[in-house]
Amino acid sequence: MNNSIALKSILTKEIQRFMRIWVQTLVPPAITISLYFVIFGSLIGSRIGEMGGFDYMSFIVPGLIMMSVITNSYSNVASSFFSAKWQRNVEEMLVAPVPNWVIVAGYVGGGMCRGILVGLIVTLVSLLFVDIQLHNIWVIIATVVLTSATFALGGLINAIFAGSFDDISIIPTFILTPLTYLGGVFYSISLLPDFWQGVSQANPIVYMVNAFRYGFLGISDVSLVTAFAVIIFFIVTLFTIAMTLISKGIGLRS
Amino acid sequence: MTYALEISALAKTYKGGFQALKGIDLTVEKGDFFALLGPNGAGKSTTIGVITSLVNKTAGQVKVFGYDIDTDLEKAKSFIGLVPQEFNFSQFEPLMHILVNQAGYYGVPKPLAIERAEKYLKQLELWDKRDEPARALSGGMKRRLMIARALMHEPQMLILDEPTAGVDIELRRSMWGFLRELNKQGITIILTTHYLEEAEMLCRNIAIIDGGEIVEDTSMKKLLAQLDVETFVFDIKVAATVAELEQFVEQSQEITYRVIDDHTLEIDLNKSQNLNQVFAQLNVANIEVQSMRNKSNRLEALFVSLINKKSSATKNKSQSATVGAN
Repeated sequence: MNNSIALKSILTKEIQRFMRIWVQTLVPPAITISLYFVIFGSLIGSRIGEMGGFDYMSFIVPGLIMMSVITNSYSNVASSFFSAKWQRNVEEMLVAPVPNWVIVAGYVGGGMCRGILVGLIVTLVSLLFVDIQLHNIWVIIATVVLTSATFALGGLINAIFAGSFDDISIIPTFILTPLTYLGGVFYSISLLPDFWQGVSQANPIVYMVNAFRYGFLGISDVSLVTAFAVIIFFIVTLFTIAMTLISKGIGLRS
Repeated sequence: MTYALEISALAKTYKGGFQALKGIDLTVEKGDFFALLGPNGAGKSTTIGVITSLVNKTAGQVKVFGYDIDTDLEKAKSFIGLVPQEFNFSQFEPLMHILVNQAGYYGVPKPLAIERAEKYLKQLELWDKRDEPARALSGGMKRRLMIARALMHEPQMLILDEPTAGVDIELRRSMWGFLRELNKQGITIILTTHYLEEAEMLCRNIAIIDGGEIVEDTSMKKLLAQLDVETFVFDIKVAATVAELEQFVEQSQEITYRVIDDHTLEIDLNKSQNLNQVFAQLNVANIEVQSMRNKSNRLEALFVSLINKKSSATKNKSQSATVGAN
């Protein structure tokens, strides 16, 4: 059995899916990011002045790109895998000799592709508003790849447990969005009182946004090593959970 | 001997406590055309679900072409093509994508998958629809799409769970031809159906499942030979009056006739009797027969009697258990 063909098939199917509905998947992040730039960058940002030694617009760009990557890699897998469960076409893979890791890798890979593609689109839109500088391209690439993998895995686990379409919007609305907004996208956590700085350190998105910002601006509220250690810890943990759930057939096999 | 399918002591109890399979044993030989029949909720789909790994078994063993699903699941899966009872493809994907991706899950390289997709879409008269999303197909087309999809990795065993449900007669017959052809090529076919005529016409061996137990497992020939009485319906050419027909029925010996109306007679014929006797008696009475047909499908009569036997046995058992408890 050639697992690479199976993996390629799942990946192709996933990419075909979000490209087929590009108006719903690729256009909205471009519009949202433009609004953020107009409101937070131009209108309010000019009154804020500098943040971390950079003008506010430049400061928020990495966080906004990362926010799009997180949301899109998560929601791609959550909605695609849940829809495959709902339409029962997930059975196409379950009856075939596809190893569980290939199913996980295929869906997560699809989510990463959408997350990274949206990240690129948002970066291009950002260029209309601000000159983007690059401090370390490898840190940028590593952060975006690992972060999209983390949230694609999160979306997969969400979809495995989900019993209805409501269930795939609860986590993004009540957990993901607050964590993202409080994850240092719009501010440096060094501005917070000590207590809230400590609380922020429990938020994994803080590490992702800061590592990403380091890649662009060379500044970060947390150490780069810690940031990557946290991201890798989450990937390993979420991958193990996803594999266990799929192997046991939770939400998939009766 | 290696069987295409070997099931032993297979049991399944669902979470709510419902016992869908109570330890069934079943073997299907390679190259067989096998019918698995039973009323709704009997355990047919659960059995198929376990074989194809869509349902986790509670106990027992399943081997596909000698490969145990507990130890060699992926190998076992590679032999099976499944046509499920309910539509289970993405409604939004074009047919070609569905087929080529499905082949990919079995490791079939894309160029070969495209070639096979063309072959099966043409054979199943879906080629014109290849770029349309699956939701645009009619019910019969969707059934054929699932057959094409199940064949993409050229399996050695095809399991069809009610493949002709809701399909019109003409299409059903063309699907029968297609399945017979596949079986001739050596593919083992396991079929569940509610159309007993379909099972009788296609299958060589049969198992009947009821209440999670196998109540019959034999060849179609042997099963049909168990039938003691067949009922024929005779359409009378020249209308006699009901009174005349009733007079004939009263005078007739050995054979049981029933008058349905002034154009119709029903005759119960057991194994020791034959139709020549019937025609002889009708000739003497000057009753001319226009046409004749079996009142019910032969397999249907047996199926109903086996299921009834099982349910009355269960009833008696529970009654005696109640009496015992008292």
